Amino acid sequence: MTRQAKFWRLALGVIAIAALVLVPMNLNRYGLFILSQWAVMTIAAMGLNLTLGYAGQVSLAQGAFVGIGAYAAAILTTQGMPLIAALAVAILLCFAIGWLLGYPALRVQHHYLAFVTLAFSTLAFLVFRNEDWLTKGIYGISNIPRPVILGFPTSRPLPFYYLCLGSLGLVSAVMWWLIRSPWGRAFRGLRENPLRAQSLGIDTRRYTLMAFAIGSALGGVAGALYAPLNQYIDPVPFNLSLSLDLLMMVIVGGAGFFFGPFLGAMIAVLLPEWLRFTEGYYLMFYAIAVIGLLIYSPTGILGILDRLVTERRTRAASALRAAGKAQFEATP
Amino acid sequence: MSNLLDLVVAGLATGAIYALIAVGFTLLWQASQTINFAQGEFVMLPAFLMLAVMHAGAPFWLAILAGIVLSMLLLGLGFKMLLVDPMLRHGVLPLAIATMALAVGIKEAVKKFFGAEASPFPSIVPAGDIAIFGRMVSLQSIGVLVVAILAVIGLTFLLNRTAIGRQMQATAQNPAAARIVGIPVERMILLTFLINGFLVALASLLVTPIYLAKFSSGEALGQAAFIAAIVGGFNQVRGAIAGGLLIGVADNLAAAYVSTQYRAAVPMILLIVIILFRPQGLLGRAEERTV
Repeated sequence: MTRQAKFWRLALGVIAIAALVLVPMNLNRYGLFILSQWAVMTIAAMGLNLTLGYAGQVSLAQGAFVGIGAYAAAILTTQGMPLIAALAVAILLCFAIGWLLGYPALRVQHHYLAFVTLAFSTLAFLVFRNEDWLTKGIYGISNIPRPVILGFPTSRPLPFYYLCLGSLGLVSAVMWWLIRSPWGRAFRGLRENPLRAQSLGIDTRRYTLMAFAIGSALGGVAGALYAPLNQYIDPVPFNLSLSLDLLMMVIVGGAGFFFGPFLGAMIAVLLPEWLRFTEGYYLMFYAIAVIGLLIYSPTGILGILDRLVTERRTRAASALRAAGKAQFEATP
Repeated sequence: MSNLLDLVVAGLATGAIYALIAVGFTLLWQASQTINFAQGEFVMLPAFLMLAVMHAGAPFWLAILAGIVLSMLLLGLGFKMLLVDPMLRHGVLPLAIATMALAVGIKEAVKKFFGAEASPFPSIVPAGDIAIFGRMVSLQSIGVLVVAILAVIGLTFLLNRTAIGRQMQATAQNPAAARIVGIPVERMILLTFLINGFLVALASLLVTPIYLAKFSSGEALGQAAFIAAIVGGFNQVRGAIAGGLLIGVADNLAAAYVSTQYRAAVPMILLIVIILFRPQGLLGRAEERTV
């Protein structure tokens, strides 16, 4: 990367972060809620992006993990435990269940795997709905408290938004490091060519399970934030359509791109709000927009950018080559 | 024991409808690697098309005819040309995601234009019971079974005994080789989509009198059909039929003997077990051995 590109990239990052910190100060309650929702969904989508985008394992169960995390947080914090402890429980629980869900992936791939995870999603929903003693069934759990972080109460919308944003920042940093670590390269090896990865000595079995477990754990993190954000949960939001929505976010943003989930969640959470003026039509427009985008660029929005950058580089390279050739021929 | 028989008959009737949907699903997969996540919505929509034609004053039989033709045009031809053709070269996953978006779109469109309320739908079979071997069985169950069985027999005949059917099978098994021996592959794929359009319209006609016409009813139907297709064997029509019947009966028995709360769990657990221990489906493996 040239120095100039690096500078612009850094500048864009700084502007984006500044905007995310400063703009919400003027937003009303609802705007803050939507932005917090965006941060939470981005975390969940990042987890799925690791499983699907980097490691290449299709999962239709991410919504179930958000549900598991949300219920873990809701049940424990209403019992008086601090959110941070509930978060740890949610992460461990989702990690363990995600690890187990990875086992089918060792046997079957692609659409079969999609259907196994889909079945898991439905089973999890049934448990949320039917196990009244634990989840209070269809009545849901209300009065979920918002935490006090380092002495700052986050019960008002703005501080809670900053909590979500901070968590998103933390998760992003860990993710950034993870996909650049040998593990991240192993995950990509799994996606590109499992056989070759194995022949190079990568324990594909362990990394497949890991990809599921870490991705699911991030779903749990998102859930543990979702519960105090809404302060009330019932089984309905965690049905299959959440898993499908999260999958759409990852693909629409660009699977396997670091910033894909950010964009995908923005489209899934914010676009319906912007289209609200169309009244009953907004989900239809949303569906049409998604189909249109996928027809134009199946690798998502970042896929378009990627294509543009590659094209420009190719053009620049061939221009250089042409210039070099002309110079070579001109010299006697 | 007598109760069991009733449950099995009702289960077979529901299962036969699932089988129709699942057959269309597997046909699309075979002909053009399309995992149609909107298949359930495809079943929900034709009933509303028929209702719309009836509202315009047409008699029921004409509405049925118009519904089937519209379904073949919209969900067969339109689906193929507008969505599958431009996306197919990009691989299985983007196309599957696009069908998920399509499912959302169809559901919302129906909700917007036809309302969120469930509407009643006339049955092609009169209500009432009929005595068979001294037992009372609902006419509707029998009617559904008969129509579904006729459809399946017709389809099997088409696929196995006619030149077109054989060409379709050849296209599904190996498009490149089929093209070399002069089979019009493109036309065969189009035909598959039209057949799917017909099957979903038929399933819609059979299932809607039982469950009412509602914008959200496609979800459960689609899921049942996926499971039926996988359980029976993703790669063949026979498997999808067996899977559909099995799921219908298992679902009904589970509701009666396991628990109503967890009835939906039984097909799911069946699905997971089958995928893990017999990924080709119940009938898939058997065929592999005989060939």
